[in-house]
Order: sequence, then structure tokens, then C-alpha cells
Amino acid sequence: MATVTFDHATRVYPGTERPAVDQLNLHIEDGEFLVLVGPSGCGKSTSLRMLAGLEDVNAGRILIGDRDVTDVQPKDRDIAMVFQNYALYPHMTVADNMGFALKIAGTPKAEIRQRVEEAAKILDLTEYLDRKPKALSGGQRQRVAMGRAIVRQPQVFLMDEPLSNLDAKLRVQTRTQIASLQRRLGVTTVYVTHDQTEALTMGDRIAVLKGGLLQQVGTPAEMYSKPANVFVAGFIGSPAMNIGTFDVVDGAAKIGSTSVPLEAQQVAALTDADGGKVTVGFRPESLDVVPAGTPGSFAIEADLVENLGSDSFLYGKLKDDAAALHAGDSDQVIVRVAPGSVNKGDVINVVIKPGQAHVFSAATGERLAGANDSVEAPAA
Amino acid sequence: MENLQITAAKPDSALLDLPWKIPLEDWPDEVLAALPRGISRHTVRFVRLKDRVLAVKETRDHYAFREYDLLRRLGKLEIPCVVPLAVITGRADDNGEPLETCIVTEHLAFSLPYRAVFSQSLQPKTASRLIDALAVLLVRLHLIGFYWGDVSLSNTLFRRDAAAFAAYLVDAETGDLHRELTDGQRAYDIDLARTNIIGELFDLEAGGFVDEGVDLVGIGDTLVERYNELWDALTSVESFPAEERWRVDDRIRKLNDLGFDVDELSIVTDLDGATVQIQPKVVDAGHHSRRLLRLTGLDVQDNQARRLLNDLDAWAAAHDRGEDSEQIVAHDWLMRSFEPTIQAVPHNLRRKLDPAQLFHEILEHRWYMAQRESRDVPMPEAAREYADEILRHRPDEQALLGSLPGDTEIIELNETPSDDDTVEAAAIQQIEAEDAATLTALRAGTLDIDGSVTRRSAFQR
Repeated sequence: MATVTFDHATRVYPGTERPAVDQLNLHIEDGEFLVLVGPSGCGKSTSLRMLAGLEDVNAGRILIGDRDVTDVQPKDRDIAMVFQNYALYPHMTVADNMGFALKIAGTPKAEIRQRVEEAAKILDLTEYLDRKPKALSGGQRQRVAMGRAIVRQPQVFLMDEPLSNLDAKLRVQTRTQIASLQRRLGVTTVYVTHDQTEALTMGDRIAVLKGGLLQQVGTPAEMYSKPANVFVAGFIGSPAMNIGTFDVVDGAAKIGSTSVPLEAQQVAALTDADGGKVTVGFRPESLDVVPAGTPGSFAIEADLVENLGSDSFLYGKLKDDAAALHAGDSDQVIVRVAPGSVNKGDVINVVIKPGQAHVFSAATGERLAGANDSVEAPAA
Repeated sequence: MENLQITAAKPDSALLDLPWKIPLEDWPDEVLAALPRGISRHTVRFVRLKDRVLAVKETRDHYAFREYDLLRRLGKLEIPCVVPLAVITGRADDNGEPLETCIVTEHLAFSLPYRAVFSQSLQPKTASRLIDALAVLLVRLHLIGFYWGDVSLSNTLFRRDAAAFAAYLVDAETGDLHRELTDGQRAYDIDLARTNIIGELFDLEAGGFVDEGVDLVGIGDTLVERYNELWDALTSVESFPAEERWRVDDRIRKLNDLGFDVDELSIVTDLDGATVQIQPKVVDAGHHSRRLLRLTGLDVQDNQARRLLNDLDAWAAAHDRGEDSEQIVAHDWLMRSFEPTIQAVPHNLRRKLDPAQLFHEILEHRWYMAQRESRDVPMPEAAREYADEILRHRPDEQALLGSLPGDTEIIELNETPSDDDTVEAAAIQQIEAEDAATLTALRAGTLDIDGSVTRRSAFQR
């Protein structure tokens, strides 16, 4: 087991000018489950492949433990790409399916059996070891595929969108298994996904990338409650955060006909480049429904109400200025409301809960710290 | 709800006749040409559509379009691979429940899955011929910048190519086309190929298809050796004193012998012109097949072409045609030797092998006859005896889909879980019964796939 360090690691593909991964600095602790997440083309898979030795590192270096592996062949890095090859061999027993790579490497038989048995115990496969894979359920077959990587006892597990070609049922099942298995084994794991829900539910820490640049790295709670910039704010969380850019008048953001007060230190942090504007974000659950006319409140007209049982989400528009706010890819405002309390076409008044507005520079998109940023973030 | 949609370069309305409303694994027998065998992570079925055989695979949207696109690009780059026909999206059953996207590829006529080649028992010589073919394919893929990501015998189809095999890429799902590959990508592909091949051989061993004492790891290692030899021959930089210029021609001839044409060769001399460095920059496989195509219009595999070109040379010498134009001699050889030989094989047997392979095997048979009878044997006579004694007993390889006994059901990792112990017991029994049946068939000698073994038994009679 080992730490993993990206030290100013850069990858420029031949024939391109802009780096696919630009000076990535990231230190992953021994035993940590780190998720690389971001939209397509952000550099997450390239980063993983640099660690795997599949992509050249054009500048900077990569370390596993204290060992500089920048120029080491993939097979000599002591890593395992899990799920890379998940064909199971029909004539071989489950034990042989798990241990055959060790047999190729010339590991003594008794040691292979011992390692396979240990892995089987962790994977709940002990009673199936002498059966053929045909006799296993879909989930058990997935575990045999994981067992193949485990018996090799690598320093680091690498997983590149391992769930993307599974059907929905098996995806959720396997996601839970991978996360709990990783915690039991304690092997440093780097996991790539484009799905922020997967990232939030699986990772000890999450690294968000965009355009080859690391945007922020932190625990799921930190990413959720203190996004470092507008991109992370909009990317993490589902339904997405409501975000808009507004004029600053007398220390407050003018949202429609109302004023949402900003903290003094946030106003002080504005520069000429911001041009008197500020970007404000608030999550769907950060709003309270209040009577019309409440100071700082704004009116929202409901286009659609989605009832999820315990929660309902209202999708609508700011009454005064329909284009001012958006959430994710939609141009709508999203508000969590009590189920049954609002219907399509209703107009409700909401205020942002105290301390739950996220404020960013309109020019750079960087977070402008408020008083709450210094205290420990509440769990998401 | 989305409607059924067919994306295809050359749409065929007959595709609409297939039962897209039914999950692929439940397709009725009457549309199926055969069940696939071997190991796959998705449901795959072979269907007969008019006079064609198609392979249909269920997968997720994104992957289907990606693979369709990759296979088309590989085809345009003249890489031997299956031809993608269509992607079928918007499938739903009668209750409106969505079904997975399908990718449809054309079945490669006369191709053999590795399990069919080995189903009687693994001959180390046959194994190394398959490995050679796979090494050539992997080098060709790497030269154009294709990273495979899951190289294995199961993801390859083999076509007979005279005494050798030619390998075709079947599954491009994990692949990626890059501008050029890094050494790490090549090394990883090679290492994975080695591991997968040895795993597949272990599986044959576990199924009882391998004689004891065969060095399976050694067979896997030959892939790495063959790959490295070929890669070096095709790409390495060679330095020599300026006066040894013949080495430029020599290098080109060596590459031709390996079946490659040199499209671009970089020649660099040092400042005082004392040493020369050469390195092939662009090489194209198919040196012999291109030449044969130009001369005769026959479009065949490279080793088959080499064999036919040798026969053409021998024919020209025997008929004292050395002075005539190559094109005219080739035309006469085609009309007076090649065509009559093929025609001498009864019509109903002729379609079991492709014509070039048939001609190659008749040439081989003529050699055995000549040895046996110590005389010159005319081709039509060799053809008739070959057809009667050997070809008659061989399976039809035009659409051999791997549905041979001994190949157990596909193992899919994403199929619906079932923890039922009775199902397990039944499945195990089924596998064991199938294996036993295969072994019995082997001992009885009723399984004939590999021509060489059949030939031996024909002569013993």
C-alpha cells in the first residue's frame, strides 16, 4: 500500500497545444479512495492513464509511495486496473479464474490458494471457489472480477468508469460493493467517473477537473458546502445549485426587485474587473418559503413540481427576471418544497437561508469567502 | 417514447424484419443462424438475413455508436476487422419498456473462432500459428495508433491464410484510435494480450482440450516475442557506412518478405556523409495480396497470395513463358490453371472453403500425391482426389459460428442475477455433459476442423 503523488504532472497530446492535463498537483493518502470527476474532456481519464503508465508525462512527475514511476513500464508499477478485463473462463473454477494471473507469474501453488481464499473471504465467495462461473449470479461474477485484482495485492487500484457498461440495477449494487470492499481492504484507490453522484457517494475525497485543470479537491461535504468556484458549485450536487450574476448595490446583490445582503468581507473582495457585479448561488434546499413582502425574498413561479415522495422539487422562473437564474443545464430555478404544498402555476416567495448563499467573483468565478467559511462545514 | 431508429451507412430495409421488440436473448430460433459460443460480456446472437449472416450485440447506446464509428474508421484504414452494418436505437418491448441498443456487424465469411480451431485438441503448432496472426494484427493496429485495451483470442476471428492464419479484430469496445501510441500503451496492450491468451489456454486445459505437458505460458510468451520482432523489423532505425547502400534495398526486401510494402522511408546522412540512417516511416501490410490483385484481380489473404504467386511463377517456368509480360502470363495462369482446378471440385463441396484456400490446399495435396506416387500429378486430378478424400469430410467453414460441442454458454457479467441452487446444479451438469460429449466425439474422430489432422487420417486409410 502506498500514497500517490501527482507533482506538476502535465500531458500534452502530440499535435495539440493545450495540455490535456495541466500541472496537476494532487497527493493521495495511503488507503484513500479518491474520485476524479468532471465533464467529458476534463482530463480525468488522462490523469488516471498517466498514473497507469498508458500516457506519457510530458512535464512533472508521478510517485507511488516514494518511488518516482514517471518512466516505469505499466506492468512494473505495481498497480491493478480493476475491471479492465472481465471475461470469466467457463471451464475454470472460480478459484482458478481469480488466481490465474499468479499462476502465470509463477507464484507457488500453496500461496496462490492462500491468497485466493483470503480474497474469497472478503468477497463472500468462499463457498463458490470450486464451482464454475456459470453457476454464479451476475453480482457474484462481478466480485470474481474484483477478486482477480485483489489477489495480485497491488499498491494501488485504478478504476476507469467501471460501472458505465453495467445495467442500472447491477450498477447500484456494484457501486456499493466497490466502496465497502475498498474500505475493508484499505488499498489506495483512484476512481474515474463523470457522475457526480457516484463521486459523492463513493469517495473519501473528490478531485474535480475541468479543461485539464484541477478545480478543487476535498471531502464530499467540503465540495458540497464550500465549492471553490462557480464551476464546482454548478457541477456538484443534484438537483444542481441555482446560480446567477447580479448587480451589487449598497453591499447587496439585486436579485429581481429584491436585495440579498452580502457580507462586508465579500464586498471588500470585489475588484474593478468584477464591474460592480457578483455571482450568487444557492442550493434548492437552501430556500425558505415565506409570506410575500418578507425582506430579501423573491417570487418564483412554478412551471413543474416533481414529487419524489419525501421531497418535492419545484422547477420555475424568477417572477421579476426570468433569465436571471439557472441551475445546471436548465434555465430554471429549483426549490425544494414540502410535498403537496405547491402546484404548477403557483407563485411562492422564498428567502435564502442565513449563511447558505455562495458568493463568487463575477470576473474570475472564484469563491469569495464569508464568515461561515472559516467554521467547519456541516455534513451534506 | 422514442421510435426505433436504424443508423447505417448503407441501410438495408430487411433489417426492419428482425424482432427488435424482443430482448436479444429471447429471439426465436427461426431468425437465429446459430448461438454464439465463447466468452462475451454482452448478449450476442447470429442471425440469417436473406443470404447473409449478421452478428447482433446488445450494449449501451454510447458504446454501440462508439464501436460502430471505430470499426468504420479501422475499415477505412484497411485494418482487418469485422464490418459494422448498423446501430439500432429506440428499442422497446410491447409494454413500452426500453430495450438495449444493438450494434449489427456482418459475419466474416470463412472465419473461425479460436475455440473452433482448437476444439479437437490444442496442437502447439496450430496455437503458434494463431499467435503469429494475432501478433501481426496487433502490430498493424499499433502502427496506425489503435490501442485495443482488451486483446485476446476471443476478441479475434481467424481466417485461413494458406498454411498460416490471418487475424481479424472483432471487438473494438475498449479500443481507442490515437494520433500515435505511447510506449506505455503498447506495452500494456502486449502484456494484457499475453495474460488473456494464457488465461484462454488455461481454460482450454481445464476443459480437457490440451494434452498434458504443453507449455501454455510459453505459447503466450511467443506473442510478446513475435510482436517485438515484427515491430523492430518495421520501425527500427538502421545505421551503416555510406558505401553499404545496398542495405537500403535489403531492408525493403526484408519488409516485403514479411508481407509489408514501404510507403515512406526516411534516409538521413550525417554531416560528412559517412554514415546513413534509415527508418521505415509508413508501411502497408498486404505486399503479396496487392501484387496478386493487380495481376489477376483475385482479392485474397497475403500468404495465400504468396502461395498463388509462387505457383504462377512455377507455371510460367514450366510453360516457358519467362519472356512474356507478367500481366499476360498471369491472365493465362488464371484461365488455364487456377479456374480449371477450382472447377474440378464438385460444386456442392466448393463453398466449404474460399477459392484461394481451396487452391492452396489442392497444391498441398498434389505434393502429398506426388510424394506417394513418385510422379507429376496434374492439378485437376489432385483437385478431384482432394475433394473426395478430404474436403468431403470437412465442415462448411463459410459460416462456422463456433456452435461446436464443448463450447459452453457465454458468460455474461451483466446478466440478471439468479442465486437459485437448482439452476446452478443444472448448469454445472450441462457443462459437464457438453464437455463429455466433446471428448467422446474427439476420441471417435468425428470432429474434423484442422485440415492437417484430417489429411493424416485420410492417408492412413
